Amino acid sequence: MTLFLQLLVNGVLIGILYALLALGFVLIAKGSGVINFAQGELVLLGGYLVAVLLGASGENVFVALGGAMAVMVIVGVVIERGVLRPLVNEPLLSLVMATIAIGTVIRGVVPLIWGTSTRSVTTVFPTGTLEFGGIRVQQPVLWAAAFALLFIGAFAMFFMRSRMGLAMQAVSDDRIASQSLGVDTRRINAIAWGTSGVTAAFTGYVWGSVLGVDPLLGMIGILVFPVVILGGIDSIAGALVGGVAVGIVEGMAGGYLDPIVGGGFSLVAPLLLLLIVLMVRPYGLFGRREIERV
Amino acid sequence: MPLLTTQTGRFRDSYVADSRINDTGSKKTVVLGGLILLFLVVPMVADDYQLGVLNLIGIAAVGALGLNILVGFTGQISLGHAAFAAVGAYTAANLSLRLGLPALIAIPAAGLMAGAVSLLFGVAALRVKGLYLAIATLAAQYSIEWVLNHWSFATGGYQATLLMPPFAIGPWDSATTVGKYFLIMGILALGVLYAENLFRSRTGRALVAVRDQYLAAEGVGINVFHYKLRAFFISSVYAGIAGALYGYNVGIVTTEFFPLVLSIQFLAMIIIGGLGSIPGSILGAAFVTLIPIVLRDGLPTIGISFSSDIEVYLVQVLFGLTILLFLVLESGGLYRLFNNVRDYFRMWPFSY
Repeated sequence: MTLFLQLLVNGVLIGILYALLALGFVLIAKGSGVINFAQGELVLLGGYLVAVLLGASGENVFVALGGAMAVMVIVGVVIERGVLRPLVNEPLLSLVMATIAIGTVIRGVVPLIWGTSTRSVTTVFPTGTLEFGGIRVQQPVLWAAAFALLFIGAFAMFFMRSRMGLAMQAVSDDRIASQSLGVDTRRINAIAWGTSGVTAAFTGYVWGSVLGVDPLLGMIGILVFPVVILGGIDSIAGALVGGVAVGIVEGMAGGYLDPIVGGGFSLVAPLLLLLIVLMVRPYGLFGRREIERV
Repeated sequence: MPLLTTQTGRFRDSYVADSRINDTGSKKTVVLGGLILLFLVVPMVADDYQLGVLNLIGIAAVGALGLNILVGFTGQISLGHAAFAAVGAYTAANLSLRLGLPALIAIPAAGLMAGAVSLLFGVAALRVKGLYLAIATLAAQYSIEWVLNHWSFATGGYQATLLMPPFAIGPWDSATTVGKYFLIMGILALGVLYAENLFRSRTGRALVAVRDQYLAAEGVGINVFHYKLRAFFISSVYAGIAGALYGYNVGIVTTEFFPLVLSIQFLAMIIIGGLGSIPGSILGAAFVTLIPIVLRDGLPTIGISFSSDIEVYLVQVLFGLTILLFLVLESGGLYRLFNNVRDYFRMWPFSY
């Protein structure tokens, strides 16, 4: 029972961090209708920027995080202007391949500039382990999850309440209708990529302080898909629920199934979950039911 | 019909004429000349290094051709073709290692096995549209990799390598580079012939209809799900055969040969070469295969060289940028560029 609770708690905490990762993906899907296969790589870039700026600014978190966010906004806008804007109205394959190619470039550029050794990101959160009735929680993970929740909540408010957030929703819902209502869709698309860059920098910092920053950080991008397929590709609440669910499935698979089937099943389990969801409920728990079956 | 004629436009007045595989006398000459060049001249004049490069291009072309049937002609995206190639490679390795079957049985069997495995995922994924297929095949890539790494009965366990025994038919020995060259190019030629004929048939036309307007296709009596599944199967058979050939070419099989990056490279080949174009698949395969080779072996001859770890990442950056350039500037790929140049000279000195 303790093992179960321990795995559950770990799963929920890691799941919130997955939701943070998925937030950047959902922002782009909502604000520009593009499915971003380079989300993990954006987080990788954000993580490196934070790590490098931390070193340069004498471990000042605010300067490092602010600087990294500013650079990532520029990166996001450049990607939108340079690659995705010329591809508006192109078939889906072109958009998918374009984001994959962007990811490939980032995965090559990062080690060319900063090398491949792991950089630790000094955490501002208290270290050490808390224990509640036999269940251990690492404090940095707990704090990271708490801040991630705050961050996700802020973005959910942004979407529901702010004029710009509503405009983004409108653009993803119907590009032409929102254009006729006076929304500058191209500006909204650029803003979507820019804000996604901000979340990527924050995600890179949070994940980096838990895992350390190295070129493998981009690999977590693959887990964005089970999260968003489960939650619905354009729903922030869905990202949170999907993230927690994937975190729990992954934790349970790692704790109970890995010893039986031989290691590494914790990565495959969320993907199998993804396949099942695709068969049963492809628009996810909270997504729009616009998917067409054939 | 004269031996060499220049086609200045499309002058066909019957469906039979439109579906002929050699539409002009000169095309027949070109095809024949190409085959003579490929199977008689090149093996005589090329050295082992050059043949080795051509072998890699040929294998990549088989895989790219198959993926183009799915992506370019049917409009479905797969990110799992490297995994299907891995299934083919392991099938061929097991059949030739344990059962001692000759490669000419093992290679088609590898293709069929890869096709069968792809159907497992295709049934789940092809019911939903494009994007979801891409994500489901991504899941297939990782799941198959995991199974291959953990199913020690068939694969020897985590990152184990299986040896591929060479084989000989009369004087023709697959252990030599020339022997491999004939094997690979022979299969590539068969693959091209099959693909050319596929798109002259009812099945091929149905696939194109599914890509262009799946609702209209359904309206004229094409079972969209059935034909998508068929395209997925055919293209995975090509991938499995390419995987088996890769195993015979290198001599060993390990899961490290078939990562997600390879799936992306297959996609890059058909985008760079030209979506929905059979010659384009081969051009793209050559282009993508040559990027790292030129960086490693070509540039040092003119005095530029990189350390090997920088080179790996440089290849990656170049590769990503090339895809982006083609997507943004010339979405028809190399084959469209080739056609534009050819048309210019055909029409010269007139502009049209």
